[in-house]
Amino acid sequence: MDLSETPQMATFRGEVRAFLGAHADDVAGGAARDPKAWQGLLIGHGYAARTIPRAYGGFGAEPDILKSRIIAEEFIAAGAPRGIANQGVSMLVPTLLEVGSEAQKMRWIGPTLRGEIVWCQGYSEPGAGSDLASLQTKAVEDGTDFVISGSKIWTSTAHAAQMMFALIRTEPDAAKHEGISYVLIPMDTPGIEVRPLKTMTGGAEFNEVFFTDVRVGQDQVVGGRGRGWFVANTTLKHERGMLGDPNATEARLNALIELMKSETIDGQRVVDNPIFRDRLMDLQGRVLAMKFNGLRLLTAQLTHEPAGLAGLIVKLQGCELNHQLAALAIDALGELGVLYHDGPHLRAKGRWQWNYMFDLGLIIGGGTAQIQKNIIAERGLGLPREPKPAAA
Amino acid sequence: MEFSLTPDQRMMQESLSRTLAQASPLERVRAFAGDPSDTGGDVWRAMAEFGLTGIGVPEASGGLGLGLLDAALASEALGAAVAPVPLLGIVLAPIALLRGGSADQQAAWLAKLASGEVQAAVAISETVAGARDGAGVTASGGKLNGKALFVAGGLAADLLVVGDVSGGLHLVAGDAAGLARAFMPGLDETRRLAELTFDDVTAEPLGGGPELLAALRDAAWVLIAADTLGAAQTMLDKAVAYAKERRQFGRVIGSFQAVKHLCAEMAAELEPCRSLVWYAAYAFDAARPGVSGEASLMAAHAKALTCEVGRFVARTATEVHGGMGITDLLGLHFWFKRIGLNRQLLGGPERVREIAARLQGLVAA
Repeated sequence: MDLSETPQMATFRGEVRAFLGAHADDVAGGAARDPKAWQGLLIGHGYAARTIPRAYGGFGAEPDILKSRIIAEEFIAAGAPRGIANQGVSMLVPTLLEVGSEAQKMRWIGPTLRGEIVWCQGYSEPGAGSDLASLQTKAVEDGTDFVISGSKIWTSTAHAAQMMFALIRTEPDAAKHEGISYVLIPMDTPGIEVRPLKTMTGGAEFNEVFFTDVRVGQDQVVGGRGRGWFVANTTLKHERGMLGDPNATEARLNALIELMKSETIDGQRVVDNPIFRDRLMDLQGRVLAMKFNGLRLLTAQLTHEPAGLAGLIVKLQGCELNHQLAALAIDALGELGVLYHDGPHLRAKGRWQWNYMFDLGLIIGGGTAQIQKNIIAERGLGLPREPKPAAA
Repeated sequence: MEFSLTPDQRMMQESLSRTLAQASPLERVRAFAGDPSDTGGDVWRAMAEFGLTGIGVPEASGGLGLGLLDAALASEALGAAVAPVPLLGIVLAPIALLRGGSADQQAAWLAKLASGEVQAAVAISETVAGARDGAGVTASGGKLNGKALFVAGGLAADLLVVGDVSGGLHLVAGDAAGLARAFMPGLDETRRLAELTFDDVTAEPLGGGPELLAALRDAAWVLIAADTLGAAQTMLDKAVAYAKERRQFGRVIGSFQAVKHLCAEMAAELEPCRSLVWYAAYAFDAARPGVSGEASLMAAHAKALTCEVGRFVARTATEVHGGMGITDLLGLHFWFKRIGLNRQLLGGPERVREIAARLQGLVAA
């Protein structure tokens, strides 16, 4: 165990701080008003797209997990926006880098990084949720094209996206996992209809997407025909890391502590109520444990050692903790905690209530909590898979 | 940055586990548990030979000169083996002597502690967990009076570190006149608790003040958390092994999600505790004397959370074993009860979390 920082890393931390200090106006709100300009600035300094080769529009630095962590820490400490972190940047780009053709990398990565192209993910279907590989949206060959029909669901940002990366059944005669391709589809192709899917938050964070004879070139397949399942697993790995980020959880805990120190009941601070205080302390212990679990994972990455269970539990534990933090905030607010939308008594613009509901979706999405437990038990503990039911 | 154990640390822990498998297998633990007159002398000698009795004693005094992280790894191994070894005294007494003892006191005790010739115990339950049944020791004119309860290893100790009600610490020789000890039979029979009665007992004061008391408390919390971590990990491992073997309805029970998910939940709760215990021990070792804020907070959270998770694992792993889980024959109950004592020892989770809140200024004055 040695958590001290080398002089070289301390210097780098100083550089990041100096950058953030010099761009205080952007940090305070300018970046939110013009995210593309902010993104360009971040890429230029290596604070976004850091390790992506320059030829594809990135900064071209050697991978350095410690520097990436320092950037993350300093941006969180300053409350600075991290730049564009949509599904295109965090899921499609790493996938293309790993398995895309040279032409695909040149065509898509740069504009995606710069925010010129927004992507949505077409994986889940009404009949294919946890059993994703049973998906039925199919493509039929027609000359050099595919003609796609079917539907996708839980497609966040589909209404704003120019492109979709989708899993499509292209090989009807192949086995379940081997008949799927990973296809890039322009959203303005005739035959695509996007319908917003309103959720319990009152917003429409997701959509349904319907395909009727949608024609795309076969050269839009990434990683080869019938290889889509394996290509997608590359991206799901990135998504699970994103959904259990301990830095975001710690930031939420700190906001909760501030809330409980500032809110009062009968003139007494909420945190002075021993029951609320005990719940807060219990969650603080859990957040700290996940934070140090994250440091352990980081070290395993640095030393190229398998992280084992420490990695498999992140999505399950992280999403659950986020939900519980929002739940305690609502309880601490009491009747104020069930106000929503707007009004003079509403706290934090209804963010806690929104998180409480939206996070339930994150516990379910990206592999449900129950699927996560199967993964932990089977891959982590070596327990056998559920036997396949006998054919009816 | 490196958040991991060194190869030396891993080797020490594995080597201790192998030693324990020889010196203190389950049959030996069972014999110790069933016979209060069994002092476990053979296990103690094996630990002395291993070097454990000197783990925190400087090399110049014949010890290994290691820190709390190493001691926590040893504690984890002891918990995993439900070994009848009074580790709290082994680790805490040298800390008390090194931080609060005079040169004479250090010279008198450290080498003997390291060699295992002398056993020590620490009586600080009243000042950390709160006084029960009117317990509490007062100090006046070099004499101690009153009672100290729940002293782990206190029956056999040749040297006692005693906390008084005003936060002062004292050294008391085990054969001091006016000191009486009584066995407090408990659920966990792998370790023995003592009630100490002081009737004008001569004591030597230790320096170090409240900071030393806090350091002893923090170190004890980390060690107890590590003991529970080891015991709970063993229970989880046994539950998983059983679930892979036991067949019902024509399948191994571990292929049923109802059972599989219990195992996954135990692993998901327990694994983060490992990182928290490591960090708490590291923070204790890295903290300069007097700058103990972070170390204390981390020790508190390690103790409280690991003991909460420990209770969940103890009952769930027992449940996975079905009816066999509650039999004396299988012996799983030794781990269950060990985790149970650890939870209450030096403060249950509620008490410890309250102290954690106080350390951050979250409790109104």
